[in-house]
Amino acid sequence: MIEHPIVRVGARLLVPCILLFALYVQFHGDFGPGGGFQAGVIFGAGCILYGLVFGVEALARVAPPGLVQGVAAGGVLLFLLVGVAALIGGGAYLDYDALLPDPLAGQHLGILLIEFGVGATVSAVMLGLFFAFTRG
Amino acid sequence: MINLGLLAFMVAVAVAVAVLRNLFAAVMLFAIYSLSAAALFVALDAVDVAFTEAAVGAGASSILMLATLAATSSREKALRHRRALPLALCLALAAILLVGLHDLSPVGDASSPPHNHVAPRYLSETATEIGVPNVVTAVLASYRGYDTLGEVVVIFTAGLGVAALLGGRLRRRRGMENEDD
Repeated sequence: MIEHPIVRVGARLLVPCILLFALYVQFHGDFGPGGGFQAGVIFGAGCILYGLVFGVEALARVAPPGLVQGVAAGGVLLFLLVGVAALIGGGAYLDYDALLPDPLAGQHLGILLIEFGVGATVSAVMLGLFFAFTRG
Repeated sequence: MINLGLLAFMVAVAVAVAVLRNLFAAVMLFAIYSLSAAALFVALDAVDVAFTEAAVGAGASSILMLATLAATSSREKALRHRRALPLALCLALAAILLVGLHDLSPVGDASSPPHNHVAPRYLSETATEIGVPNVVTAVLASYRGYDTLGEVVVIFTAGLGVAALLGGRLRRRRGMENEDD
């Protein structure tokens, strides 16, 4: 927890921009540099900045550690389920062509979903590490 | 020229990290090291890797190391044992790596094996097979989906490991403070 007004106001301005930038990196990864890994780390870093300035307990109220653990597991589960969905669609495991009737649309959907799973797991693990180090 | 300058700068920073006793300054230098590595990746046109290096190396790991310093001490204890053996081991490893360097193909050599295996197929077929402009994303998420799944599982397992090592301590301490938790 930091009392310095410049740091607090600066963090207030920066945190929303960092989180928005993370979402841009996440969902624009097909078209420019970026993707789930980078977006997850940026999202996690934005949350950690909030925790550093306004206190770990304030961060734990916004992102409860139990929920964070669930999101970390949920991201991996989403990735695995996309693979199973491709199996059900008649393709090989993680073959996104089989997700939708149009192979290209299937690829788009598959990449979008697994990148989202990657981003969720990475950001949640980052937050979980921060919680473990600061609250332990 | 830029690459050589960055590399020399990284070597200088690495030596400074090894020499410094003040761990707080060492963590800051680590972040600078990662940031120059990211700049090097940009100079080599590996923008996606640079992105990751800047976010993970300079951003997240510095914060975790600072959190560790806050929980321990910011000064390194003076070493009491002899340092001849570790130094010899490091020099031997460096010598082996330098010898191995001769087997690497030159940077940007289009006739090298890595550029003639599956890479041409990824580059020519991504537009028709995947329909995604960023080939790195196409390779990472679609062609090499299994590898990425493995990476995510590794990250998740690492998080689980830290939670198992440090989170348990938290729960036990809380349990001692109030029984109903």
